[in-house]
Amino acid sequence: MTGFVARRILVAIPTILIIITVAFFMMRIAPGGPFDLERPMPAEIRTNIMAAYGMDQPLWKQYVDYMAGIVQFDLGPSLRFRDKTVADIIAEGFPVSATIGALSITLALIVGGFLGAIAALRQNTPADYGVVGLSTVGIVIPPFVMGPILALVVGLYLGWLPTGGLDPRYGMTPERLILPVITLALPQIAIISRLMRASMIEVIRSNYIRTARAKGLSSGAVLFRHALRSAILPLVSYLGPASAALLTGSIVIEQVFQLPGIGRQFVQAALQRDYTVVMGVVILYASLIIVLNLIADLLYAALNPKVKYD
Amino acid sequence: MTNAVRLAGIFACGASALALTACGAPRDDDAVVLHRGNLAEPLSLDPHRANGVWENNIIGDMFIGLFTEAADGETVPGMAESWETSEDGLTWTFTLREAYWSDGEPVTAHDFEFAFRRIMNPETLAQYASVLYPIRNAIEVNRGEMEPEELGVRAEDDRTLVVELAHPAPFLPTLFAHYTSFPVPRHVVEVYGDAWIQPGNMVTNGAYTLVQWRTNNFVHVERNERFWDNANVCVDEVFYYPTVDANAAERRVRNGELHLNPEFNGQNLDFLRREVPDYVQVGPYLGLTYYPLNTTQPPFDDVRVRQALGMALNREFITSQILRAGEEPAFTFVPPGVTDYPGTARLEWADESIETRRERARELLEEAGYGPSNPLRIDYVHRATAEHPRVAPVIQQDWQEIAPWVQVSVSQRDTQIHYDNLRAGDFTAADGGWIADYNDAYNFLFLGETQSIPMNYARWSNEEFDRLVAEANLEADAGERGRLLSEAEQLLLDEMPYIPGYYLVNRSLVNPNVTGWEHNQLKINRTRYLCLADVERPAPEDGGTADAPEPEDA
Repeated sequence: MTGFVARRILVAIPTILIIITVAFFMMRIAPGGPFDLERPMPAEIRTNIMAAYGMDQPLWKQYVDYMAGIVQFDLGPSLRFRDKTVADIIAEGFPVSATIGALSITLALIVGGFLGAIAALRQNTPADYGVVGLSTVGIVIPPFVMGPILALVVGLYLGWLPTGGLDPRYGMTPERLILPVITLALPQIAIISRLMRASMIEVIRSNYIRTARAKGLSSGAVLFRHALRSAILPLVSYLGPASAALLTGSIVIEQVFQLPGIGRQFVQAALQRDYTVVMGVVILYASLIIVLNLIADLLYAALNPKVKYD
Repeated sequence: MTNAVRLAGIFACGASALALTACGAPRDDDAVVLHRGNLAEPLSLDPHRANGVWENNIIGDMFIGLFTEAADGETVPGMAESWETSEDGLTWTFTLREAYWSDGEPVTAHDFEFAFRRIMNPETLAQYASVLYPIRNAIEVNRGEMEPEELGVRAEDDRTLVVELAHPAPFLPTLFAHYTSFPVPRHVVEVYGDAWIQPGNMVTNGAYTLVQWRTNNFVHVERNERFWDNANVCVDEVFYYPTVDANAAERRVRNGELHLNPEFNGQNLDFLRREVPDYVQVGPYLGLTYYPLNTTQPPFDDVRVRQALGMALNREFITSQILRAGEEPAFTFVPPGVTDYPGTARLEWADESIETRRERARELLEEAGYGPSNPLRIDYVHRATAEHPRVAPVIQQDWQEIAPWVQVSVSQRDTQIHYDNLRAGDFTAADGGWIADYNDAYNFLFLGETQSIPMNYARWSNEEFDRLVAEANLEADAGERGRLLSEAEQLLLDEMPYIPGYYLVNRSLVNPNVTGWEHNQLKINRTRYLCLADVERPAPEDGGTADAPEPEDA
């Protein structure tokens, strides 16, 4: 077990290095640069700025310098936000995205898991059709439609909740998080309920469940002690990458609800060629995926006696 | 306050748009708090490193230069109490008012001298330093060819600042209201370096001082008790929010979470006028959308082709049917309403019908040798943002309607790539926009100067135009200068390296509870003039910027 974790972490280091390298050169190949502003600047000033950020150097030299910084955990300054470093920007934005993402995935897991289990146990009944229908709707209505509708109806017309932003004094208060978390969770609820339904149907038809029932166990014991444990295995595999995606923020949610997360920052930085910010978020994202996939694999082993790591 | 109680409070205050101070930010005291939507995240709060209107909105609330904007956008004296101009218009001597930084230190002419040298110093990396090039030796200092000490700005004593110019600039007061000329606290910058701008370090000489800056969340400022006109300031605290999504900002203003947002989606104009007519503010803006044509390569190295495309553009249709948010068709390059500018230059065919213009365009193209056997092919590239993708098909149609043998292909680019291509001259026809930095015709016309290449995207070079503009820049008399610039503009219009499209409009949503908001074409509304209707405003006292003395001419 310890050996497995150590090996995975060792493999992760070259993986991240390759990701950084690919991202670095892909960013530079993209046309346009961070200083191509709507308002042009004179050539002399442009030259000075390029020199100050080392961008007058040959590309390989820039790459070497960047990697030297990364080894010392220095992500560098933002090329566009001149009073901020990449570390500042991530430190301020990531907690917001991560909170919303974690709450959404939790909500989706509880609601989606419950709905999926109900649908499976009541297969081909109105309850099942209801869940399947709802989840189809959840998948086909994208967050950039659902978000503004919720903000308009619940925020503006009913006046129950603010339509966007964080509380300027208290930050992430519950009333500011409800709408974004629900909007982000809805498609996940849909996906998770379908995954759960499919795997639950398979599990309750399996031989060991029949055996458990034949032994005379109560249906609750059969369900919670035996069926659920196997049925959530596909969910665990799905949750690794899905959590990484949700935790690193959603541009749609952050744009629609005007939240200071890292997702919107990432997309804007990519569009505006803020190379260092893009690289910083890519590194964060890659590390999260690796860590969360590792956790998913370990959980998988804990839940499934057939899987052993050594 | 527990979250549950706060949640109950939010539910209780409901959708009441006027209950802002209670709902937007719960507070224990009765401070007047203004929540301003502010377009985008500031790239910097250092006046020497900023370059966007949204940064100006914050920085101009915290700092005041020699001149400043009144509520209606007019230039009025700020830190300058009085000033004298030498007869040749090259030397300006300013006497500063007695004022203090927010830490109690006096604001002196040495702070101004330090600030001007700092922004021109190439090491400061000020992207916007070039607007101050009228100052003597500014270009040389900025290029690193001279030492900052050689810049034509010096402090005679604590209250006297002398500015020497490279050429007369009757528009200097307007220029010196711009944030690039704001003073910075020498005693703080010298201690903290670039970190002087961080909350806790920063001291200011304007109405507000920085409390907190949360990336992508808000910038929070509070009243500077040492501001000289503090007695006339009503709002105690301001939060500026980056409101990148105009639709989301619109919901927040309508819901009472923001007091105002300096933008809304133009397509929503009719709807908003119906739903919240008291909120809608629309008016002229000192800027235009124009279409640069690359004059260095065929087909646009031929003036007749440029003129033909300019004539065939149906601006009236674009503004009245596509944009529909108050934009006006542009038949000049310098928008109306510019100070000391006659505005007599005009496209000679401006009043002809589009049918006549289209006919004339066809004749011009035929003269230039185009026809069924030699079709005219144009690649038009536009920005992928805002209204531009909606306008592009109209432009394509307008040009193709000249004759069946005019073929226009349209493609779009991300903004960053678009401007990179324009600067490199890698385009044939494109769109572009310009918003004035300060209220002066030269701020538009410099785009046609040969020395402005590559900012002169069309790469148009005309000796007569350059001569007229240079002559205007040497002219100390504002009237004569305006006449010369107007003559240059006429030449620019006749030669048409840039097709004027439409003048931009200034669109804002302002809660009717906000008082003191005056619509102006610079789109600069300083918070110190604003108040809330349900707050008793302090009685005005002497010493306000509007009462400052008139200039004394030497």
